[in-house]
Amino acid sequence: MMGQRIAGLSILLWITAASFNINAGEEQSRQITHTLNRLSFGPLPGQIAHLQAQGIAAYIEEQLHPERITEDPDLIRRLDGLTTLRLPPQTLYEQSLFNHAADSSPRQAMRGFNRALAEAQEARLIRAVASKRQLLEVMVDFWFNHFNVFANKGGRVKLVVGDYEERVIRPHALGRFETLLKATARHPAMLVYLDNWLNTAPRTGKGKGRYRGLNENYARELLELHTLGVEGGYTQQDVTELARILTGWGLCEGPLRKNAPASGFCFDPKRHDSGDKILLGRRVQGGGPEEVEATLTALARHPATARHISYKLAQAFVADEPPASLVTALSRVFVDSDGDIRTVLQALFASEAFRDETAYQAKFKSPYRYLVSVARTTGAAVAAPRPLLNTLRLMNMPLYQCLTPDGYKNTRAAWLSPDSLLQRIDFATRVGRDAFRTALPNRIPATTLETSQQAVLSPRTRSALSGLEPAHKTAVLLASPEFLHY
Amino acid sequence: MKRRDFLRQIGLGSMVAALQPGRLYAVTPAPSGEPPLERLIVVFLRGGVDGLNVVIPCEEDEYFDRRPNLAIPAPGQTDGALKLDEQFALNPALEALMPFWRDKTLAFVHATGLADGVRSHFSAQATLESGLGGTATAVDGWMNRLLGQLPGATYPTRAVSFGASTLPLILTGSSAAASQPLGTAAEQMHPTDTPDIARVFDRLYAGQDDLSNAYQAGKMARQRLMADLRQDMAAADANAPHPGNHFAAETDRVAHLIRGTSRIQLAFMALGGWDTHIAQGAGEGQLAHKLRPLGAGLARLIQNLGPDYAHTTLVVLSEFGRTVAENGNGGTDHGHGGVMWLMGGQLKGGRVYGKWPGLEPDALFERRDLAVTTDYREVLWQVLQHRFRLQPEALSRILPGFTPAPEALPRLFG
Repeated sequence: MMGQRIAGLSILLWITAASFNINAGEEQSRQITHTLNRLSFGPLPGQIAHLQAQGIAAYIEEQLHPERITEDPDLIRRLDGLTTLRLPPQTLYEQSLFNHAADSSPRQAMRGFNRALAEAQEARLIRAVASKRQLLEVMVDFWFNHFNVFANKGGRVKLVVGDYEERVIRPHALGRFETLLKATARHPAMLVYLDNWLNTAPRTGKGKGRYRGLNENYARELLELHTLGVEGGYTQQDVTELARILTGWGLCEGPLRKNAPASGFCFDPKRHDSGDKILLGRRVQGGGPEEVEATLTALARHPATARHISYKLAQAFVADEPPASLVTALSRVFVDSDGDIRTVLQALFASEAFRDETAYQAKFKSPYRYLVSVARTTGAAVAAPRPLLNTLRLMNMPLYQCLTPDGYKNTRAAWLSPDSLLQRIDFATRVGRDAFRTALPNRIPATTLETSQQAVLSPRTRSALSGLEPAHKTAVLLASPEFLHY
Repeated sequence: MKRRDFLRQIGLGSMVAALQPGRLYAVTPAPSGEPPLERLIVVFLRGGVDGLNVVIPCEEDEYFDRRPNLAIPAPGQTDGALKLDEQFALNPALEALMPFWRDKTLAFVHATGLADGVRSHFSAQATLESGLGGTATAVDGWMNRLLGQLPGATYPTRAVSFGASTLPLILTGSSAAASQPLGTAAEQMHPTDTPDIARVFDRLYAGQDDLSNAYQAGKMARQRLMADLRQDMAAADANAPHPGNHFAAETDRVAHLIRGTSRIQLAFMALGGWDTHIAQGAGEGQLAHKLRPLGAGLARLIQNLGPDYAHTTLVVLSEFGRTVAENGNGGTDHGHGGVMWLMGGQLKGGRVYGKWPGLEPDALFERRDLAVTTDYREVLWQVLQHRFRLQPEALSRILPGFTPAPEALPRLFG
């Protein structure tokens, strides 16, 4: 009797403990899903179980140090085949000029430009899907849009957009903001895209050809988009003064082409306005390129910049309208760490706002994130990038081809519309029907996909899935509200 | 809705979703004998078109002095501008629009724009699309708020954005609006058009959340537009040759979709590429190459509207004008005052409206740009008041915080 009672009690206790464990397990897998959704382009098959063993904190720490992660050898092999990515800007440029002159066919030259762009696009896409350094890939996308260049501005940008990402964005994506800013400022992609290579002091007697005066395009976007932000407290006068500081900061054209450095960046003192300038109330003594260096340092350390970048990071990683307290806290970390991006991200991932359940699934995927996450979730490899790049174009987000310098947005308002939703349903349906089997081979079966998503599916999605054939199951899973959000 | 509920400063937050729950209504075709549908087509030239080289102040010495390479020669000279009146002339690339000037259904408002705006594309576009002043922006656009003030129940194809597949701010808001891609994407068959797939997703997106609303509105709009397109292709004139340019071909499609029994009442199109910092050109060059197809496209659009033109108003606008002086690269930089173009069957056209401030250095905004003497909302206000017969209360909801200045503009419509 007594023994029975004890047995009954212990069974009861066991049941309670088990259901508690199930809840705790579900809660943990939701936390892991959230972490993977934000620090990567979505979980791979089996990755949630892997993280249960590794632990969330260890995963975050690992991702913050991509240099410690051994990269997938297959990915390295494929990247090695993309040869234009290894050539520096000036070499690419001279080669394209040489090819162009040798057979005097502009079409030939254009083919070279397009090849360089296609290799850059392929590298970006296969890394986003397959790289183990996922946070780095997320940040490459973030900074590329922050310092956006438009590849179709001309052949010259197409040629070097891959180098811009490879040697400007990627090495500094988790480094110091000031270093990143200065690297973008010297790159031919940026110099051409925002016209600063033409920016010339007025009345220098060098008013010949294309160099005939101030061009304030880069100066304005440098203040408005790259550093202080539109409400950063600068005036039109500041834009003009900054444009004067930036005169002569450009490419290696004319006499400078001889002995041009591989970077393709040259400062032309003859086109520089050497007079004194007043920027944001401070005197900048006329001189040479050191004016630009000092100005970029000051802009990178400006409190408005700290706030602007912190807001954008909080928006990208937490919610479209991030809590003001988080932005303030991150701004402080930004200032204290002298703009160390890794330190700011560390604080962000440790914050209440990031870990709070209200942040789960709060973001709506951009087309880029959507496509990359489809490939990752289904375990597919990107065998051919072209069909995916075409899909991105159809979804209004062609890779490296955002026309405006503000880059692609990552907010719900920017991407959710009746038409864009139908497009994703169309795409998901085609994936389910195996229409992308050559581009995205080795997809996992629909039932495995369903099991892997189980923890996050809503009752409505579960009910819509019941009784469906596998092709339709895949379509619903990849176009469900749970999958469109992250 | 209170003003503070939807006003916000740029950068402080993102916009709300395009669709709110519970705004779907059945599409009902107009019974014959009903008064014709009043229509508005807005064409946004993104990038800041150079208004001074669209409607040229050909009597101003300053214009020719400050644009040695970019000035369009005065009327009568070789490749000269087309005379509009004693003061202004039209860029010759817009020759296709001259018949409408002569029949007085084309007018311009010069020295107009955002009175205290800024020279940022993004900020100025967001303010114009919000229907506000200064640098303020709203979470919804003025065309969407107009949708909410139109009589009768609304429906997903009442307002359509053509071209992009995401809704621009101007049409974002609490009333459902559709986006319709142009070009080859427009006619494709979609998996969601097949019944077995549609059934699956009808079930998944049957709720009242923003995704469900987007799905339902998108599906209804797509069905409706596809039906219109099919009907149109069957019509004889659909095979008429296009004038050989992309934009004109697209405007043909837009015209076919919005005329006659179609229930599309508000249409929006955005065209990019007006940010001519470099090699803008005069008679030829970047600007002329953009203006020519635009003029031809608008002319085709009106031709295709046929009798519906009598009840249609077209507004062409841009976020700002460009500097009076050309820059060092044969281009112009971001400026201030610009020009709005108006076309419509009921317009008192054949006139350049607006108080002309002149191009003397002292008359310029910050001594470099054409000043704004007419707030762009004066023009919108009149369109809404006279064409849509809206009361001041409704007008204030669409253009909150704005009061038209007496004498700012004479009456634009008959």
